[in-house]
Amino acid sequence: MRHALCIGRKEFNAYFTSPIAYIVIAIFLLVTGWFFFSTFFLLNQANLRNFFGLLPIIFAFVVPAVTMRLFAEEFHIGSYETLLTLPVRFNDVILGKFAAAVAFVAAMLVPTLAYPVAVAALGALDWGPVIGGYVGAVFLGAAFAAVGLFASALTRNQIVAFIIGLAICFGLTLVDQMAFFLPPAVSLVFSFLAADVHFQNIAKGIIDTRDLIYFLSVCFIGLYATHLALRARD
Amino acid sequence: MIRVENLTKYYDDVCAVDRISFNVHQGEILGLLGPNGAGKTTTLRMLTGFLQPSSGRIQVGDYSIESQLLEIKKNLGYLPESAPLYHDMLVLDYLQFVAELRGMGAGGNIDRIREVGDLCGINEVMHQPIGELSKGYRQRVGLAHAMMNDPEVLVLDEPTSGLDPNQIVEIREIIRRIGKAKTVVFSTHILSEAEATCDRVIIIHHGKVVADSSTARLQETLGGRNQIHLTLAGAEAAAVQQELAAVAGVARLEVLDPVDDALRLVLTCETSRDPRAELYQRIRRTDWTLLEFHQETLKLEDIFRELTKEG
Repeated sequence: MRHALCIGRKEFNAYFTSPIAYIVIAIFLLVTGWFFFSTFFLLNQANLRNFFGLLPIIFAFVVPAVTMRLFAEEFHIGSYETLLTLPVRFNDVILGKFAAAVAFVAAMLVPTLAYPVAVAALGALDWGPVIGGYVGAVFLGAAFAAVGLFASALTRNQIVAFIIGLAICFGLTLVDQMAFFLPPAVSLVFSFLAADVHFQNIAKGIIDTRDLIYFLSVCFIGLYATHLALRARD
Repeated sequence: MIRVENLTKYYDDVCAVDRISFNVHQGEILGLLGPNGAGKTTTLRMLTGFLQPSSGRIQVGDYSIESQLLEIKKNLGYLPESAPLYHDMLVLDYLQFVAELRGMGAGGNIDRIREVGDLCGINEVMHQPIGELSKGYRQRVGLAHAMMNDPEVLVLDEPTSGLDPNQIVEIREIIRRIGKAKTVVFSTHILSEAEATCDRVIIIHHGKVVADSSTARLQETLGGRNQIHLTLAGAEAAAVQQELAAVAGVARLEVLDPVDDALRLVLTCETSRDPRAELYQRIRRTDWTLLEFHQETLKLEDIFRELTKEG
């Protein structure tokens, strides 16, 4: 556990010593800010539903960009060998990198706290859904980070890792809408698999264990798949 | 200290390492020699637990690599080939990271980092990003990384590749110093390096051990054949050949291209007899001028070529 923390801290710092953190955060704020405020005054409602409504799709693009380097870069420059021959376990490495990615996603969300503050100044804001939305956003980010980490563990090319991660996260977000033509019984199954549905439940302010278990399951499956991918590299 | 038994590694269908067995004793410097693609790096990677062997056993100290890898890693420093390190990190940050992972306290033990930095001569680049360092400095940072917790076993994969001659001498000096108390295994394809540094060498070819003995012994057993180099002025090649090839103990006589009208010869001798005295006597009876007469024992380089010859 101590090792995982140490690796996590190193990875988190690495984000901010390279330009990647600033570019990703800037793009994230630009996109969310534009989509949120461009319709905010037209709708004339003091809530953040629009912001949280778009978040899963935006995360599906941004989070794989955050995680793409975590393993792919190590494979590419070969530092994976130096790292793994230090007295660490596979799981320390995976958990450390995962924690760093989640912490980065959380850090990325911090500037957006300006939105609810600004909205609260303009009208009567219901804070319940906002808090729910942020809790959900961290869970959503964690789930996508686990998926992105898995994609990164598959290849030594960061761009390939990004595209694989993006494809999985995008599919996971919209799988319920893609399955609209299927029989209702089947599409119900797909709607349970959709990240978007579970996130919107939380963003309404209802924190249901079913939704949390969904996100934790995605995290676990992603991390376990990462473990298997690393084992298979031998 | 290290016991390797029947170590084998297949990459898909390609056999990279084929039933290698050897031992390394405490306080020994072992050189792993071999041409490119012989299986040196694969062997070292298995020794450090980075690759899993297809079959065979490795034991380091009292620990077996399958079940107690973490214990082995705690006491083993490894410098992979070409020192792959995080390019964005500062040298000091990196060494602190390593020290922390090695359980030397949060933030690393700064005294130890300075000590290792001193030993490897990297104190002046401590605050530079690793990616901006020259190859030589990066190699030294890698060496510092490997030696951070003063491990019992040090495994170095081509530690001197890419260094300038002065740095090579320095690194060898460091290896020899460490090797007095610790066990060092390093791979190289530079033979003079193995000759200068190692107590023992193992030569690997096509994944098999083709020689395993002390540097001195290897020269004795395999390099028993001596060569005598002669340079004669005012002599005819045919006459010389006739006169000297008949001497007992000369196995082969080769005439090289003449330099400034002087005839150059290489005589390969049989191991059992020393023909030098008789050669001299015979030359003395003629009117040739003897310019050069010296004997060479087959060096590690020749032995290496002999053992790793294709076909």
